[in-house]
Amino acid sequence: MTSNAAPQPLPKIATGIPGFDELSHGGLPRHRTSLLRGGPGSGKTVFALQSLVNAARRRQEPGIFVAFEENTGQIIANAASFDWGLPALARNKLFFLDAKLSPDVVKSGEFDLTGMLAMLKAKKDEIGAKWIVFDGIDVLLTLLQNPIAEMRELYRIRDWLADNEVNAAIITAKIDVDRPEVVNYGFLQFMVDCVVRFERRLEHGVALHRIQITKYRGSDFVAGEYPVSFGPSGMEVGAPEPAEIKQVASGERVSAGFERLDTMLGGGLFRGSSTLITGVPGTSKTTLAGKFVEAACRRGERTLFVSFDESADRIARNLTSVGIHLKTHIKTGLLRMYSSRTETIGAEDHLIKLKTLIREHRPRCMVIDPLSAIAKAGSLAAARAVANRFIYLAKDEKITVVVTAINEGDKPETEATDLQISTIADTWIHLSYLIRSGERNRALTIIKSRGTWHSNQVRELVLRDAGPMLADVYSAGGEVLMGTLRWEKEDEERAKTIQRRAEFDQKRAALELTEADTRARIRALQQDLERQRVELATYSKRNEARIVSSSDREKELRRIRSADPAGGGPTGIVPSPAKRSASVSSGNSGRKHKKDAQVAP
Amino acid sequence: MRKLPRKKTKRGASGPPVTTVVVMRLYIANNAPNSVRAVANLAAICKEHLGDKYKLEIIDVLEYPLRALADGILVTPSLAKLSPSPAAKIVGNLSDKGSVLQALGIAELVE
Repeated sequence: MTSNAAPQPLPKIATGIPGFDELSHGGLPRHRTSLLRGGPGSGKTVFALQSLVNAARRRQEPGIFVAFEENTGQIIANAASFDWGLPALARNKLFFLDAKLSPDVVKSGEFDLTGMLAMLKAKKDEIGAKWIVFDGIDVLLTLLQNPIAEMRELYRIRDWLADNEVNAAIITAKIDVDRPEVVNYGFLQFMVDCVVRFERRLEHGVALHRIQITKYRGSDFVAGEYPVSFGPSGMEVGAPEPAEIKQVASGERVSAGFERLDTMLGGGLFRGSSTLITGVPGTSKTTLAGKFVEAACRRGERTLFVSFDESADRIARNLTSVGIHLKTHIKTGLLRMYSSRTETIGAEDHLIKLKTLIREHRPRCMVIDPLSAIAKAGSLAAARAVANRFIYLAKDEKITVVVTAINEGDKPETEATDLQISTIADTWIHLSYLIRSGERNRALTIIKSRGTWHSNQVRELVLRDAGPMLADVYSAGGEVLMGTLRWEKEDEERAKTIQRRAEFDQKRAALELTEADTRARIRALQQDLERQRVELATYSKRNEARIVSSSDREKELRRIRSADPAGGGPTGIVPSPAKRSASVSSGNSGRKHKKDAQVAP
Repeated sequence: MRKLPRKKTKRGASGPPVTTVVVMRLYIANNAPNSVRAVANLAAICKEHLGDKYKLEIIDVLEYPLRALADGILVTPSLAKLSPSPAAKIVGNLSDKGSVLQALGIAELVE
């Protein structure tokens, strides 16, 4: 927080007010007195009280609050809207002195603060107070009705503060910018070491709170006017972001919501990058953002969905119709949805609110839908600055952010006239309508995506029950076809495919048939072959038998005729018994053969 | 405010000027100039208008600060009239005699 270059002779004490400690490079001057000046309702009392509460809660430092203007019951009641637990603190850590003189009190001659300061010292010693606030000292001073008395009492307070060292003393005074002479402002300014000016003004019908450090003795501080906003935890100052950009680029990719879109983006979005989705109303910017959120939640990453001018509940319900279910993630606490109106709050207040939300929820992914809504209230210049600051803030926090912006007309270039965030966003997706043949169809184009390949193709964004999807578009004669035309084209393609398949099937069937036929023929031929083989075998056997039987007959005939053996030799002259039996057997076979021969023609 | 003094006026006309004892408490800051002046101014008023019909307690806030705090005192000097009712509180060095008498309910008694 404190810069190393500048010497810091003055010790400081943090107020714990977000943004202020950065502006003042550490908080209020320690052991010194600070003056908060500003018109009514500019936030002086809240600042003082919040510092006191923070000291009591975070550092266990008791404090005293001296209320000159409002009664303390009122102050505690007013602060009940902040989550400080003030009533409990007022019982033990903080002491409220009702220093508002009742109107019944009669004034007779001069009085002074000697007694009060003695009482405060006693109380301070009793509770060990380390902080003291004199709220609305102007009210007290005007009661004195005398500039000399005013001066004298201011001296008295200054001396008391010098004698009773506290960690910090705060004096608030209702001093309008236009009428500083109401109290002895010159002296008041002189006696303190730090002066903070508060202002509440109207700009384009929107109440803006501003804070400015106008004096800080012995210390450097951030000069200039900064926005102040009030949230559930109290006041917050929109301190400027450091000039140096210290973001680390990540090479990690996260899903943009669904696979096809990731493919178009060359693998998804870079972690910590910022994406802008532009389009006229109704082009499904919210759906795309919702898909991104759902994907983040599915990865188990804490996610923040900020919507403007539409309730979170309604968005969740509408997204359900396209298959994006956020409610379960809300229940588990992974997803936080926040919605806000934009007409009544200036852009800077939104930024402070967003910072608070980021600090509370610590998201890794975030959506603002639509970011362009912040330009509705207040000046456009402020909204532009805020949009830029938001993108840088998200980068610093390494949050992957998707913002949507509504643009007038259907040309992406017109976005440039609006918030001018397209130049600082890393990825720019543009959604548009394409009207042809009486149809409006959504087209998605990636206009830019830093540091990565991305598709240059226009895709049709189709919303279905199961979620959004991207479809190829056909170009015909230089025109892209979408919707019904795309469907017709696809149908045509489908018909062609079917026809091709039918043709193929037919051909295949024909070929199969031919094959079967051939096989059948082969089988028939084989059967023929088999039959012929059998025939051949039978024929050969018969032939052999015929040959054998004819030679046997010849022998028989010779035997019957008792003819000499043809070849001569003893075998024929002396028939042996063995030969006889053999002849009997051969006789048998001879009979058989005879039979065969008789059968055969 | 007005009801009681009127009664007193009637009584005053019939008998001695003051019949009720006025009880007061003066808170001072030791010898601070305004406090010293207040003591003197009050003494003079009492002597002139109340005779001995008054009871006055002087409390030094510097000595008993927490008591003064409990009594609801803010600035010094402060004079609290405790009785007769109504109670009244006067701040300042009591140099404006008229307003003191009025606040104490003595103004009409005088006349």
